[in-house]
Amino acid sequence: MSFVGESDSGVAGPAKISVASPGDYIALLKPRVMSLVIFTALTGLLLAPHPVHPIVGFAALLAIAVGAGASGALNMWYDADIDAIMRRTCKRPIPSGKVTGSEALGFGLTLSAFAVFTLGIVANWAAAALLAFTIFFYVVIYSMWLKRATPQNIVIGGAAGAFPPVVGYVAATGHLSVSSFVLFAIIFVWTPPHFWALALVRAADYGRAGIPMLPNVKGPNRTRLEILLYSLVLVPLGVAPYLLGFASPVYGVASVALGAVFLGLAVRVFLVRTGDKADQYAMALFGFSILYLFLLFAELLTERVITLFLGM
Amino acid sequence: MDAQKDTDGVRLTPEQLKSRRQRNIAIGLAVGFFVLLFYAVTIAKLGPGVVSRPM
Repeated sequence: MSFVGESDSGVAGPAKISVASPGDYIALLKPRVMSLVIFTALTGLLLAPHPVHPIVGFAALLAIAVGAGASGALNMWYDADIDAIMRRTCKRPIPSGKVTGSEALGFGLTLSAFAVFTLGIVANWAAAALLAFTIFFYVVIYSMWLKRATPQNIVIGGAAGAFPPVVGYVAATGHLSVSSFVLFAIIFVWTPPHFWALALVRAADYGRAGIPMLPNVKGPNRTRLEILLYSLVLVPLGVAPYLLGFASPVYGVASVALGAVFLGLAVRVFLVRTGDKADQYAMALFGFSILYLFLLFAELLTERVITLFLGM
Repeated sequence: MDAQKDTDGVRLTPEQLKSRRQRNIAIGLAVGFFVLLFYAVTIAKLGPGVVSRPM
């Protein structure tokens, strides 16, 4: 398993033995994406009407995180060719030669099976099936198919990132609910303006790699319009947890305020289309979009933890 | 024959040995952690009645 250089090329050459460290394998799991998955899945898990045993909840969360990491490794295996071209990804373990593609494939498949099996054992098989579907959706539907085929790649592919809170909720309860669908919808609608704001600035990078992001295919102006339209849908969705009664008025006020800032930044991106300011405003929206999602889920999480501690 | 194989075999550099050792330690720690986790989950799921169930 440790021979680098001959297995992928198919050409027999001098055996080069792997010097990959555990850190390189951890990098394959996309730790930053994993931390977001843990955060949103924990919110879904704690939204369940009846709290799960802390150890069972921890194990379920870990299985979901490992499943997310496994799909990250499989994504890096499949996208190694374009990762090598793009500035943002050229230092990943496969393009940098620290881990071979086949090692990443084996690592990802093994962890996927382990994560799904573990979630089935510790929580329930409905959650395990949903986790398996999430991994399949991210790797096969998004990475292998949509990403290189259509500018709607991250719209449909965004579902993969939106599933973790649903998996968390199902792990705790064994069934779906309106609240888990709302969390799904928030992340699903948040994904396009988040990624397109970055794609506006990195259009050349995506173009070199041949990825049909919206700014490359439909142009920056159409992208700015779609960012604005998705933001208009996102803001009321962000308030929905309060309107549907599973979040407090504090969340309601916070989500309206955060939504107003999000919309303001999206309008600015729509209006300022040229010069350094245009890129600067797009990056400001990209940065704020991360904060927006984090604060919405942090507020929901905090409210739920307080409720559980007070035994309400 | 065997002796010749030994002398012609792959010799790992200090860097390769170090990374292999690090990977082995990481795998060992991960396996140990999951053994403990599965044990804890088993006890948690069985609950306090684990020792007083009818045979």
